[in-house]
Amino acid sequence: MSVSKRSFQLVACLSVFVFLLIGVACTPGGGSGGSGGTVSLHGAGATFPNPLYQKWLSEHGKLHPNARIDYQSIGSGGGIKQLKEQTVDFGASDAPMKDEDLKSAPGEILHVPTVLGAVVITYNLAGVSQPLRFTPELIADIYLGKIKKWNDAKITADNPGVTLPATDITVVYRSDGSGTSAVFTDYLSKVSAEWKEKVGTGTSPKWPIGLGAKGNEGVTGQVKNTPNTIGYTELAYAVQNKLPVGLVKNASGNFVEPTIDTVTAAAAASAATIPDDLRVSITNAQGAQAYPISSFTYILVYKDQKDAAKGKVLADFLWWGIHDGESFAKDLQYAPLPAEIVKKAEAKINSMTAGGTPLRQS
Amino acid sequence: MAYSSSDRIRRATSALMTSLTALCTLLAVSALLIILFYIAWQGVDSISIQFLTDTPRPVGEGGGIGNAILGSLVLLLVSSAIGLPLGICVGIYLSEVGSGRFAGAVRFIVDTLTGIPSIVTGVFVYTILVVPMRHFSALAGGVALALIMIPIVARTTEEMLKLVPHSLREGALALGAPQWRVTMGVVLPAAAPGIATGAMLAIARVSGETAPLLFTAFGSRFFSTSLNEPIASLTVQIYNYAISPYDEWHAQAWAATLVLMTLVLGINIIVRFLTRKRF
Amino acid sequence: MSAVTANQYSSWRRVLSPTGNTGDAVYRVLMLLIALLMVGIVVTMVWALATESMPSIRQFGFSFLKGRTWDPIRGEFGALPFIYGTVASSVIALLISVPFSLGIAIFLVEQAPYYIARPIGFLVELLAAIPSVVYGLWGIFVLAPFLREYVQPPLARVLGWTPLFRGQITGFGLLTGGIILAIMVTPIISAVVRDVLTAVPSSQREAALALGATKWEMIRVVLVNGAPGIAGAVILGLGRALGETMAVTMLIGNRPEISASLFDPSYTIASAIANEFTEATGDLYLSALVELGLILFLVTFIVNGIARVLVWNVTRKTGGVGRAA
Repeated sequence: MSVSKRSFQLVACLSVFVFLLIGVACTPGGGSGGSGGTVSLHGAGATFPNPLYQKWLSEHGKLHPNARIDYQSIGSGGGIKQLKEQTVDFGASDAPMKDEDLKSAPGEILHVPTVLGAVVITYNLAGVSQPLRFTPELIADIYLGKIKKWNDAKITADNPGVTLPATDITVVYRSDGSGTSAVFTDYLSKVSAEWKEKVGTGTSPKWPIGLGAKGNEGVTGQVKNTPNTIGYTELAYAVQNKLPVGLVKNASGNFVEPTIDTVTAAAAASAATIPDDLRVSITNAQGAQAYPISSFTYILVYKDQKDAAKGKVLADFLWWGIHDGESFAKDLQYAPLPAEIVKKAEAKINSMTAGGTPLRQS
Repeated sequence: MAYSSSDRIRRATSALMTSLTALCTLLAVSALLIILFYIAWQGVDSISIQFLTDTPRPVGEGGGIGNAILGSLVLLLVSSAIGLPLGICVGIYLSEVGSGRFAGAVRFIVDTLTGIPSIVTGVFVYTILVVPMRHFSALAGGVALALIMIPIVARTTEEMLKLVPHSLREGALALGAPQWRVTMGVVLPAAAPGIATGAMLAIARVSGETAPLLFTAFGSRFFSTSLNEPIASLTVQIYNYAISPYDEWHAQAWAATLVLMTLVLGINIIVRFLTRKRF
Repeated sequence: MSAVTANQYSSWRRVLSPTGNTGDAVYRVLMLLIALLMVGIVVTMVWALATESMPSIRQFGFSFLKGRTWDPIRGEFGALPFIYGTVASSVIALLISVPFSLGIAIFLVEQAPYYIARPIGFLVELLAAIPSVVYGLWGIFVLAPFLREYVQPPLARVLGWTPLFRGQITGFGLLTGGIILAIMVTPIISAVVRDVLTAVPSSQREAALALGATKWEMIRVVLVNGAPGIAGAVILGLGRALGETMAVTMLIGNRPEISASLFDPSYTIASAIANEFTEATGDLYLSALVELGLILFLVTFIVNGIARVLVWNVTRKTGGVGRAA
């Protein structure tokens, strides 16, 4: 093989490379007001509702092909940050934004609740086929490290007829900052004064004992693969992975199984007392059949949209979501919003404006 | 022939060590095959023409990674275009041009760059490119990946250039070539296979990166080659699927990994072919 | 050169390039500028990290480095567990990986016939392309259970009297994190060492063999020759180990505690940043995380420095391939 032939090969490949590069660099961007009036929107935030939002975007896209909306799950905090920096058009968060965050944002931000989720207690115990029952104090004590073995008297007291092994409990928590942890610790702070004092509520608490797994899927994976483990995760993950789910005693004294209906019941019970801006925690809700570790998840938007075309598409999408979109929730193990909350969310969407003019005619 | 006992010890040591090296290789290859088989076992069922050409769809509707494949290729193109030339030039500087303490300092600084978690690079590019531009873009993704590539390419280039025997340089200089001709025309081609190794390692490394892309290229459900828009990529798609609760999406994640590795293998083979030595 | 040009231009050209050639001057300046660009980028990064972590530095000062508590809710932050986890997991990874990588490289260069060496070399490099997330998932489903069932119990039985192998056996922890890092770092080190060994001139090998060396003794000569290049390879691998996030965070247990046992969970700086950065709200929390990133920079600096001193010591005595002009 001669030198010239080899150089030719190299030069040929380099030319192809450069040609492709130029081709890519010259592709026109889409963006709003591009070809044929397509509008592009980008949202980022919570990982928990991602599967549902992807379904919404796909279904909505079939009805409105000119609206190209993308959603990327990077975590609630990331969504809030990027919304404040205005690199995304809408954010998504499980926990509502704090007062300091709202004040430091460049504009007023609205919280629009979209669906409900439940944090469930899941475990891996060979030979235990019935669902275990947990009282609030029991969960707190296990996570505080005060109860160390599965056959501890406190556990067997609430679970008569179940033979529990004499093994150590391996506790699993979320290592990454997460809305799920925030909801779980919020619940524990409400039901256990010791937890509130020692640990508190937050997305990244200092867990007294246990192993940290990354993400809901990390916790489920670890629980599934390690015997004698207990963990907390979102309902969809436990159901999809066929993990057992514990019954939790709610504020009314009933042991409630986390299902879509009991979660919606928790939201309905709080509807009367929900504040105007819709930022609320519904853990440990009253209501006979309310599941006590439930929470809203929100989409966050600026009240006053800078771009009228984008704002209209966004408002219409949100409207479609809380009405038509709810019908897709149950299949994916998300609990739809109760009717009272939908009304309040409608009011929020109708208040969105662009330069003073409302985006939707209600 | 009479072997003394020290001879026998030496031969035995040699036999032992050579079998150990063979064992190491066997273990490494086994580890790789175990991982590869696991990936293939989990994902091969999901691979189909539709999977390779369609866009992602919600759970239960199938869907594919077509736009992610295109996106990954675009990102590789952009990051290689920025990262490879810059990395090779830094390597040339460290080996051929620079001298003394300043070059030592540069080398040290480039070494430190290799240890930065990719998420930090991603956030850095987010701060300097995405926030001022007010939107995510494939260009930002390419820049972030290039920043990860450069130290790897620079260090391997430097090491490989240093390994070129001085006789080649001296011969070219003796023939009257200026320094730049010597470097570009003689030393670089001589070190080409080694530099290609560095380039391949860098490309393999960035093809597997997720965290920086989440903050720069963002992700997309649509086909796109525009540098000014967010773009899908195989790694982000794999990440999205892997962290979901659904078996169907998990299977797609494994299948996408298989596709990704085939892609990198393909690039590896092409570049190796172009930079092979005759002897 | 004519007398005219020698007077008019040679002064600045000569400054830029020892040969006075324009092409050379352009070439040298260009390379210098690009190198300066890299330095500039790193300096900008460090500066950005430093500014962002100011609130945390002002609040904690040096006690940040010694502090062992990481409590975002109460606002108490200390970096020591993370520094320990990062260094320990990287050391474990290198201890496992370097012998293996050297073994692989030696086998492929010195012993294997070409038609085996080529494909195996490709395969090993392919390990470098597997996404971090996939390594993590494989670790959760295959490696951790394997260690939990077949490796950790025997280790605990035989070596449980040492503080290194005590504690609850879950399959996740410092040891698992170190092992997955070792798997991820091996392709880098072995690929570069392969090239280094290939570049050692055959004359060295032939000379050793002619003097009656056994195969292994000849290989030792080659290794000493390639020592600087091998050191460079190890530094690259170390860099990857220090900065690796996803796979480690899925396997290391993520507990910011310092424990002597390899079975216990641990936490690395990169994992902490990856886990908590997107969710961090509040200036102090964010700046504490950024300060962790800054510390990682420092750790990389220091470890690289130590590696360089070691290499300098070795090559000072033996010379070897790889001395630049």
